[in-house]
Amino acid sequence: MKQYDKLLKDLAPQKFGIIGKVWITFLAVIILIALYAYYQQFDKGLVITGMRDYALWGVYISNFVFFVAISLVGSLVTAILRLSGVKWATPLTRISEVIAVAAIMMGGLTIIIDMGRPDRILNIFLHGRLQSPIIWDVLVITTYLFISLLLLYYPLLPDFAILKKHFKNKPKTSKWYGKLSLNWTGSAKQEKIYTKSIHTMSVMIIPVAFAIHTVTAWLFATTYRGGWDSTNFGPYFIAGAFVAGAGAVVMLMFILRETYHLEDYITDMHFDKMGKLLVLLCLVYLYFNINEFLIPAYKSTNEEAAHLQGLFFGEFSLMFWLAIIGGLVVPVLVLIFRKGRKPIPLFIIAIIVVIGAWWKRYIIVTPTLLHPLLPIQGVPESWHDYFPTALEWAITFGTLAAALLIMTILFRYLPIVPIHETAEERGYLETEKTETL
Amino acid sequence: MEEDKKKSRRKFFELGIKFGLLATVGTVAVAEAMDDEDSNGMVELMSTDGNIIQVPASEVHDVAHKQPEDYDPRVGIPDKKFVMVVDLAKCKNALKCQESCNKNHYITGDNAWLKVYKMQESEKTAPYWMPTLCQHCDKPPCVKVCPVDATFKRQDGIVLIDNERCIGCRFCMAACPYSTRVFNWNEPDQPAAAHEGVYTPDHTGKPSVKGTVDKCDFCPHKIQMGELPHCVSACPNDVYAFGDMYEDAVTNGSGQTFKLSELLKERAGHRLLEGLGTEPSVFYLPPVDRLVDFEEGMENYTEFQSVKKTEE
Repeated sequence: MKQYDKLLKDLAPQKFGIIGKVWITFLAVIILIALYAYYQQFDKGLVITGMRDYALWGVYISNFVFFVAISLVGSLVTAILRLSGVKWATPLTRISEVIAVAAIMMGGLTIIIDMGRPDRILNIFLHGRLQSPIIWDVLVITTYLFISLLLLYYPLLPDFAILKKHFKNKPKTSKWYGKLSLNWTGSAKQEKIYTKSIHTMSVMIIPVAFAIHTVTAWLFATTYRGGWDSTNFGPYFIAGAFVAGAGAVVMLMFILRETYHLEDYITDMHFDKMGKLLVLLCLVYLYFNINEFLIPAYKSTNEEAAHLQGLFFGEFSLMFWLAIIGGLVVPVLVLIFRKGRKPIPLFIIAIIVVIGAWWKRYIIVTPTLLHPLLPIQGVPESWHDYFPTALEWAITFGTLAAALLIMTILFRYLPIVPIHETAEERGYLETEKTETL
Repeated sequence: MEEDKKKSRRKFFELGIKFGLLATVGTVAVAEAMDDEDSNGMVELMSTDGNIIQVPASEVHDVAHKQPEDYDPRVGIPDKKFVMVVDLAKCKNALKCQESCNKNHYITGDNAWLKVYKMQESEKTAPYWMPTLCQHCDKPPCVKVCPVDATFKRQDGIVLIDNERCIGCRFCMAACPYSTRVFNWNEPDQPAAAHEGVYTPDHTGKPSVKGTVDKCDFCPHKIQMGELPHCVSACPNDVYAFGDMYEDAVTNGSGQTFKLSELLKERAGHRLLEGLGTEPSVFYLPPVDRLVDFEEGMENYTEFQSVKKTEE
């Protein structure tokens, strides 16, 4: 009884403290600046960006790829680990599902931001053509968003019922949680439907998750350009996405554990396991990177050579090697040691991994566009290069801030660590069943 | 003489579009026709094998003229396959083509739709000038990737953009291996003339729309009138020839008509990045036996020159 009360007290959503309020204000300010920047873009056109006819996609598209990549972690932790019977991942399921939902929402929004005519968005539905990978992307991203929302919501039902009871001295809050719990009583019939639907969705989300990022890779791989024209692109993107997503989960695990004092639930063991998982994911991604760069470099066709030259030794070499060595090799070297998988070093490594993953998307999109099949001629000197403008950065950071804001708000009202599942796993429910539920 | 040339050129197109095949020559298409009937009531025609033949004037039948109302800019002209031949041996970077294109399509951006590249395959090979425009591919990668059917290929082979439909995703630009598509990054600063009349996708640039993609349209608005595209007629060196593949004939700016298949065979024509399988409608003749020095073109060459704004 005592144990269960403590669990409930620890895991029930808490009001924002001072830090929370400052954080929210900070995000809101960035978003407001971004809104102003976007108003400029809407009014004047994409001319306010650094993009031009050769560098026709830029930081928006790389940010889009990053968001889609990050969102894949939802399927990794909640579906793949759940289906393989990995019990330790339970406290991380909600964190990763929240990341998935926030990231995929902002990914979709980022694509609209990149459009020259966002006012014509409905044309996608009115005149959509199935031949176009963009339509595939729209279909799979929408599907993924819905399954992710359900996969976030379903496991919350028992938690909402618990919270309804927990907040009974706050009638309004209690009423909301009650409504959200959809009259969850925990009866055998409900339990059966609940378990079955979560299982079904866990199975369903895996192919959809693979589809969203494979299709995102195909946006590039369906063109003829050196650096994109690769059959390796789908799996290469998926492997990279899991690295980015796992990094993001570790970051949030650490921050949430510190902020909400969840040391009893997110333990050093979880960091240790996530560290090991990250090593595996980095190695798989490194393998795909070797395929992606070594073979074209070995052949060095004209199309590839100019592009690879820029990556290995040219203007993008610093970013490229930082992303490869800093973002993949160093993490592996640090995390193979037990001490490296302690929360603080792992947290630092995770930050580097996530930043490296973001850079990696930037150098997947931009350098290729600057090496077209016919030479760049007859355009202003500045069109030979690309660097985002201040307004473009403002919008980009605005979308990142918005994703963080969605996560912050969700973590304010939802139990970060699933209450019901944790109590069940710890055997607290045996005595509680009759009383609480 | 000049007048005659023009007349015969116009006649060629009129015949090409208005008249069908001759019963007497079977499936042979009409390539060129003389206006005057001789005393025996015969007219002279050129068959596709290049022979001048005489046919009774009474055998030349007017095929039902396509009413302008029948014409759908999205569908194009039936039984036509428009092609262009670019003779690299003749190009000396005079840039009259580009000038005319810019003017007649009211291009105000910094990137012209028709560009003359300074090309050199490798250090030891000769440099040459290479005009490029939309290649109007038979298997257009841009059309394949367009999510909203804003860019499309017509039955006559012309690839166009409906800029009232385009959502500005720029996937077509990424997909185009020839980098011939341009984007309206800002509100185009076009003269009033660009906004006259009803918009139709077969006169691109009239008007250009912010946030949408533009490119060379092969001038269907000129073809409709039985005239050659702006670049073809503006070129002082007869670099370009334009025509219908089914008629196996192309005509240059001076009004000379060539048999397409022979021209490509004799001069070893090729298409750009043929290996990609995009099947362009623009053929190139190699820069051999050049009449002028490459250096002459350098007079006009600048790394970049902003598109001359159209005067009102």
